[in-house]
Amino acid sequence: MTQINRLSGGQIDRDTTLQFTFDGKTYTGQQGDTLASALLANGVRLMGRSFKYHRPRGVLTAGSEEPNALVELRGGARKEPNTRATTVELYDGLLANSQNRLGSLRFDLLAINDRLSNFLTAGFYYKTFMWPAAFWEKLYEPIIRKAAGLGSLSLKEDPDVYDKGFLHCDLMIIGAGPAGLSAALTAGRAGAQVILADEDFRLGGRLNSETFAVGDQTGADWATATLAELSSLPNVRIMPRTTVIGAFDHGIYGAVERVSDHLHTPKDGKPRQILWRIYTKRTVLAAGAIERPIAFENNDRPGIMLASALRTYANRFAVSADKRVAIFTNNDDGHRTAADLYAKGVKIAAVVDSRPDAPRQENYEVLSGEVINTKGRLGLTFADLRLADGSTRTLECGALGVSGGWNPNVHMTCHQRGRPTWNNDLAAFVPGGTLPPGMTVAGAANGEMSTHGALVSGQAGSVAALHDIGIKAKASDLPQAEDAPVSITPFWYVQGCSRAWLDQQNDVTVKDVKLSHQEGFRSVEHLKRYTTLGMATDQGKTSNMGGLAIMAELAGKTIPEVGTTIFRPPYTPTAIGAFAGRHRGMDFHPTRLTPSHTWAEEQGAVFVEVGNWMRAQWFPRAGETTWRESVDREVLATRGSVGVCDVTTLGKVDVQGADAADFLNKIYCNGFAKLPVGKTRYGLMLREDGIAMDDGTAARLAEDHFVVTTTTANALPVYRHMEFVRQCLFPDMDVQLISTTEAWAQYAVAGPNSRKLLENIVDQDISNDAFPFMACANITICGGLRARLFRISFSGELAFEIAVPTAYGDALIRKIMEVGAAFDVTPYGTEALGVMRIEKGHAAGNELNGTTSAQNLGMGRMVSKKKDSIGSILSEREGLNAPGDLRQVGIKPVDPTDPVPAGAHLMTADGPVDAAHDQGYATSACFSPVLGHAIALGFLKDGDQRIGEKMRLVSPLTGVDVAVEIVSAHFVDPEGDRLRA
Amino acid sequence: MIIDHPLLGPRDSAEFTYMGDAKLIDRPDWQAATAAQDFYEYAYLRDNPAGWHEELWFHEAGDRSWLVVTRNTLTHEISKVELARDVARRRGRST
Amino acid sequence: MHDLQPVTALGGTSPQVDTFDHITISENDGLALASVAARRGHEKACHAGLKKLLGAVPGPGRCQLHDPEAGFWIGPDQWIIGAPRQTHELLADHLKDLLGDSASVTEQTGAWVTFDVIGPAMPDLCERLCAVPIRQMVAGDAQRTVIHQLGCFVIRRQADDHIRILGPRASAGTLHHALILAAKSTA
Repeated sequence: MTQINRLSGGQIDRDTTLQFTFDGKTYTGQQGDTLASALLANGVRLMGRSFKYHRPRGVLTAGSEEPNALVELRGGARKEPNTRATTVELYDGLLANSQNRLGSLRFDLLAINDRLSNFLTAGFYYKTFMWPAAFWEKLYEPIIRKAAGLGSLSLKEDPDVYDKGFLHCDLMIIGAGPAGLSAALTAGRAGAQVILADEDFRLGGRLNSETFAVGDQTGADWATATLAELSSLPNVRIMPRTTVIGAFDHGIYGAVERVSDHLHTPKDGKPRQILWRIYTKRTVLAAGAIERPIAFENNDRPGIMLASALRTYANRFAVSADKRVAIFTNNDDGHRTAADLYAKGVKIAAVVDSRPDAPRQENYEVLSGEVINTKGRLGLTFADLRLADGSTRTLECGALGVSGGWNPNVHMTCHQRGRPTWNNDLAAFVPGGTLPPGMTVAGAANGEMSTHGALVSGQAGSVAALHDIGIKAKASDLPQAEDAPVSITPFWYVQGCSRAWLDQQNDVTVKDVKLSHQEGFRSVEHLKRYTTLGMATDQGKTSNMGGLAIMAELAGKTIPEVGTTIFRPPYTPTAIGAFAGRHRGMDFHPTRLTPSHTWAEEQGAVFVEVGNWMRAQWFPRAGETTWRESVDREVLATRGSVGVCDVTTLGKVDVQGADAADFLNKIYCNGFAKLPVGKTRYGLMLREDGIAMDDGTAARLAEDHFVVTTTTANALPVYRHMEFVRQCLFPDMDVQLISTTEAWAQYAVAGPNSRKLLENIVDQDISNDAFPFMACANITICGGLRARLFRISFSGELAFEIAVPTAYGDALIRKIMEVGAAFDVTPYGTEALGVMRIEKGHAAGNELNGTTSAQNLGMGRMVSKKKDSIGSILSEREGLNAPGDLRQVGIKPVDPTDPVPAGAHLMTADGPVDAAHDQGYATSACFSPVLGHAIALGFLKDGDQRIGEKMRLVSPLTGVDVAVEIVSAHFVDPEGDRLRA
Repeated sequence: MIIDHPLLGPRDSAEFTYMGDAKLIDRPDWQAATAAQDFYEYAYLRDNPAGWHEELWFHEAGDRSWLVVTRNTLTHEISKVELARDVARRRGRST
Repeated sequence: MHDLQPVTALGGTSPQVDTFDHITISENDGLALASVAARRGHEKACHAGLKKLLGAVPGPGRCQLHDPEAGFWIGPDQWIIGAPRQTHELLADHLKDLLGDSASVTEQTGAWVTFDVIGPAMPDLCERLCAVPIRQMVAGDAQRTVIHQLGCFVIRRQADDHIRILGPRASAGTLHHALILAAKSTA
């Protein structure tokens, strides 16, 4: 088939012919076509099936407000459902399929639903599928899901990438029609930083769709010339194919730029789309207006379109939907379509005007009356008229342009607190209420419906907006342009119709709105939810007004009294991929690598993500078949000789200043003022409510200098808290903070041979006398590299932590392994670290879980009452000091082969097992290779009084019921002799 | 939202962490006779106004300043932004 | 002298350079860094010391582009000072000697990875990475911002097509990956 409906003229490239496939059939179109215009050019009116009744549907509009012509674009993993044929830019090799059909588009088996329409009215879900309840999930829902709904997903991973980006400007102009171009030119010439964004690939808005002159050239040529000037200005950024999707607080806008959607596939490395976050000082919204239809019986047949769309197809795309076209209008604008099509040689069957005073025309018939019904199974063939004199008539036509007037596009004005107000002259809502800060509305979006009005208001809006921000812009002389007044007599639906479509996308008819009213749904928001009017991809851009008008009539109210539903972002459907941007898969969040990462990889370490850190979990060796084997070996080797573990991930904060010690006294519940230089102390940090926040150590490197550690997970919140205490609570303390977490590579070297190992590395004397338990110092290693040494132990063994500047972390781990070979030094991961701290009874994240106090942790006596510290007062409150409070204990199985899983609850040996008799719970558990059985830490009511008690550890959920004994949490070396060796 | 940082000028609120009521600056005297009651009120009682509210925001992805932002919780309008340290001093926390 | 061999933030023995038609992304391994914070009541002395060192005290959002030491503001009365590592390996000690009790000095060399991004597409690339108003920035502007969820500094250098990005060293790989993707995306 050739392009049988192609007219002359237009803004398409006739030299570039493109091939495309729709429903398996190949067609040609031209560069500059949309899929919709190319299909119409080829005489294809039928493009889809409706949502509920599977009625044949064609294209209604020529823009992003399209409710009907939704297609599945592309194939394979790139298949995208519900794309609007009216916005899909044609490219060579384009592949599209109609959707929502069973069988072929022409013979959709589900068209039976149309016969069942009496059962599928508003709220049919709620009424029909209520009984029996069990049928819902198994029977009703699958059937409804299959029959209703729109396109289908590929269910494959999206192969394209999406970028995010950030832009700044003085003035953003949304929409590049006459108002937007006028605003941009004014601002551009004034030297302001300007962004001009438009969703279309060809800028100019209605100027490209109309035949009006602007000055001495056509509107389209004026647009081209204006864009050429704007392109030459370095301060103007023109963004075609960019939809501004939302107006957010304080002048921030979201916009989606479709970088590659007009290509077969994106170029290598290029994103498919970019989600821009645009920071604007001022905005001119020049989003134009959207024409609305009139409802009449069977007004949804392919070929029945908005009159303005027919005009766009003819003037811009050089396409007529059919050879013989009729018009149905309630305003003067509809007549323009007849005139333009007539001028292009299209036969005008008649113009039907609902007003008695319709302007007459000599070239074709103008009738006062209404369209009361239509015929044509897969596309319009006849329209039935009822004329003003009461007579009826049938009109032969293959396309019918309908104009019910224009709605200013107020969407973006309502994204915050704006609520539109009614304008009687236009019979439409115009922007009202509180607009988003910094927004000015110009052109048709503000009810300035003529080209002249658009040019003038665009310029004025731009001048005023720039004036606000101190930029002087001149109002220059504007070219002469069409300035016709709006003449409209509101007419929403033809009396007596019932299956007259208001919302074609959701199959909502006049009858449905009436039914909903009868059933008591009086709020416009309820109407929307009950009937689905205005839902889905088009959000009622062409349908809402009709629904409101009928509601108003039924309720005996005015349209503004009924009000509109709330407009919310995004303006048009936006791919989830655009919101995700690059943050997918491995790039979901950043990765933090420890200084020994490369070395650990070489050792075959198994890694675990801790926050964003990748930490070695264990280091498997040949012959080890389970992780437990590796972990047991690492623990025994460390306790037997020496092990090494990367502990760089612990948060580190440098605390300096004359008041540094006083500051630590505030943030830790225990005292630090008297800590001598060269010593380290454990610190417990409370929240103000007396609950434990974090723990760590503070090493005093000088009178006025401490290095504080935090747990890996809490590094950020603890730093934030420290800054709060410093800036907000004690603003005149002399104390300075800075994070040094990543500045130092730090290794724990633990085990009875740790000193012997380190003596081969450090340059100083680290004998027990020279460097006793809890000592710390700035030292040098390997003959001169600056380093820090701390004699602290998480494992309970003689242990040190040694830190060097991060760049030397790789060299240091290799050095430790090299000199440690003599002691069979064993690297250990987070699992062995965890086992050793449980064996030693040290609390960690599972115990400091945001619900436990110092008392619960057995550290109640650490909370100093002699000083003010965060949380000290409320830690004394009654609720945290009642009899029966939880205390940390150790738990071991009576039968050494039993597990003692974390999360299980403690119950008395012979009492009932239920929540009312809960005694406590296990928090951390492991297999202790030293003891040869499972052990756990946990919290038990009055636990410190119940050492030796036999209890049950139960988890009904997982079927655990183990006889256990309560023991001290210090399973290994309770006296701490090894630490001090 | 845009927070007009007293030192750095307009910054995206995404750079900040929010902590709510700026009354948290007014931490009670630990030695007062009524300290237990004072701290209970300080830790647990907050106004949640629909309208103007003084709030604490931390410029976490910026200069690490705590700010007191006077913001209308209905409209998101921001009328004043100060360094929390200055506010704390003004409220007598210098000692 | 010790025999420990440092590695770059990206893990190499020499810094990595990625060249595209329109942009070059170079890991800069040659910087020693230290933070300086004025002590309470000694702000004037601290400022005087910094002025002596850099020629001026960088104010909020600014970097003093100076040789061999340069410095940028990171918070109220707080700066990061940088200098060539070859000559200033012990920069923190050197600064502490200079500033004495007027400032708290903390070594930061190991905390950061530094990339120099140079080329005509630099502004385009920057717009894909972070919210700094790159086209309005002038030489010496220094902003803290977020790149791929990482807190980074972006410093506009003397040449109009040159920015220096400092990011957290442990995430050097992530930051580098983000820069490379943005470079390909803006190619």
